[in-house]
Amino acid sequence: MKAHSKNMTKQEESGIYGLMAEFDDPSAVVAAARRTYEAGYRRINAYSPYPIEELSAAIGYHKDLVSMTVFAFGILGALGGFALQYWTSAIDYPLNVGGRPLLSLPSFIPIIFECTVLLASFGAFIGMLAMNRLPQPYHPVFNLPSFSRASHDRFFLCVKADDPNYSEVETRAFLQGLGAKEVSDVES
Amino acid sequence: MDNNYAAPADLGRIQGVALGVGLLGLIAWVIGVVVSGNARNVFFQTYLVAYVFWIGIALGCLGWLMVQYLGGAGWGVVIRRILESGSHTLILMAVLFVPIVVGLGNIYEWTHKDSITDERVRELLEHKSAWLNPAFFSGRAVIYFAIWLGLMLILRRRSHKLDETGDPNLIQSAQDWSGPGFLIYGLTCTFAAVDWVMSLDAEWFSTIFGLLMIAGQGVLSMAFIISITVILSRREPMSHVYQPKHFHDLGKLLPALVMVWAYFSFSQLLIIWSGNLPEEIPWFIERFKGVWRYLGLAIILLHFALPFLLLLSRDLKRNARRLVLVAWLVIIMRFVDLIWIIVPEFEHGHQKHLSEYLIYIAATIGMGGIWLGWFFWQLRSKSLLPYRDPQMAEALAAGGHH
Repeated sequence: MKAHSKNMTKQEESGIYGLMAEFDDPSAVVAAARRTYEAGYRRINAYSPYPIEELSAAIGYHKDLVSMTVFAFGILGALGGFALQYWTSAIDYPLNVGGRPLLSLPSFIPIIFECTVLLASFGAFIGMLAMNRLPQPYHPVFNLPSFSRASHDRFFLCVKADDPNYSEVETRAFLQGLGAKEVSDVES
Repeated sequence: MDNNYAAPADLGRIQGVALGVGLLGLIAWVIGVVVSGNARNVFFQTYLVAYVFWIGIALGCLGWLMVQYLGGAGWGVVIRRILESGSHTLILMAVLFVPIVVGLGNIYEWTHKDSITDERVRELLEHKSAWLNPAFFSGRAVIYFAIWLGLMLILRRRSHKLDETGDPNLIQSAQDWSGPGFLIYGLTCTFAAVDWVMSLDAEWFSTIFGLLMIAGQGVLSMAFIISITVILSRREPMSHVYQPKHFHDLGKLLPALVMVWAYFSFSQLLIIWSGNLPEEIPWFIERFKGVWRYLGLAIILLHFALPFLLLLSRDLKRNARRLVLVAWLVIIMRFVDLIWIIVPEFEHGHQKHLSEYLIYIAATIGMGGIWLGWFFWQLRSKSLLPYRDPQMAEALAAGGHH
């Protein structure tokens, strides 16, 4: 995890990863996330069975770099596709096809295109995994038994214990005030 | 929902500017034609380029109108009145087709096949004369316009009735017409592209040509629609309607169509270049010479590569001010591409003086004044949004993205 070692100690000392608030309505979790962010909490995360774009914005998550890895890998694929064809058909095994020049760009383009798409999708896959820090065999949120419903019909908002504003009592009261069905400790 | 989406009075001023610039274009066109010393040929040939350009926007708007009914997306609701006004200009384009019929002999080689010296070409044109003859050519054009105008009027009547009654069944009815309508649209546009543009070189054929022209008019009209939405978004009442999410949607359709156009364009080149057959390749050989070679490279870079790379950016698509610059680039490059497709056919290997190409620009601006005058007249005559559409609330909702 990226958190500072000082904060890690704080989490480890208490044995608590954070507080998890449970909601049964998507608009409730969005509203709660917005107010939690406004209250100054930054080490927060939200979980929902399906993507809710407002929810990402509400927890202050605006941009990811996956598009950049896709673009970089795409460029790599284009250059690689060109290099592969140039080397095979113009250097290693030059072949005269209908008197055309060995470097015949029109015939290279479909393969360049395919390699661009292939590598760009690798870029998306690898970039997504890397930025989500996956695969992750252990994550504390699964210590909460009710969390399995996050992929089913419940919406969760988590305030992590390493947030500077985190306080066992006040944060719990704050989250309960947001209309959560239940607020539970998450063991780390 | 209430109707407070009347067109701003300011649009009248923009219409006046368009008409004024168009008038200057017409004057320059007339001067250019007279000075050229070959008035009849130059007039009709420049006329064809201008005509193909402007009918591209009109037909593109008709196509998008059917697509947005079929898709039922929020972005369709906010541009529907622009599409209706754009496709209404087909009435004007039907009238403006008359000079092409008058000037057939000055435009198309197949009209005077008897005077062609090359035996082989004459034989070929003789063989094709069952299809390519002035009477049938004009008759087909009448059929195309009857179908396009019919589709346009059917969809338009439903939309205007919706403003009066608010009956959501009208949307369903428009959707029912749009499905088969779009199929017929694809076929008629293909035939029209073959008749009006591909037959300029009656010895040559390319099976993808119709789709290529349809993709071209799709990208041209989308760039035009974006320009109009940006003009409207700076004025009441649409300044409260258009949001970044709307520009984002239109901004995604633009690179999609740029890619479709590039895909068709490249497919045509790759297949003909690979085959290298004597009846197909001369069309490209002609266009790989002299100034056409550089124009072709400019088309690859500025019609495909640059817009494609710029439009990858999410921030650019959501920023109306920057998006419209890309849209203008695309509009200009559509014109350049049409020049590259059409004009070499009028030269027969003898490249003209560069100044003669200015007449094509003057002709397109001149016809554009009349076209835009008609378009803005239509746009001003109705509410700028179909305010009783059941999807209005969804289309205007703030924030989220569908």
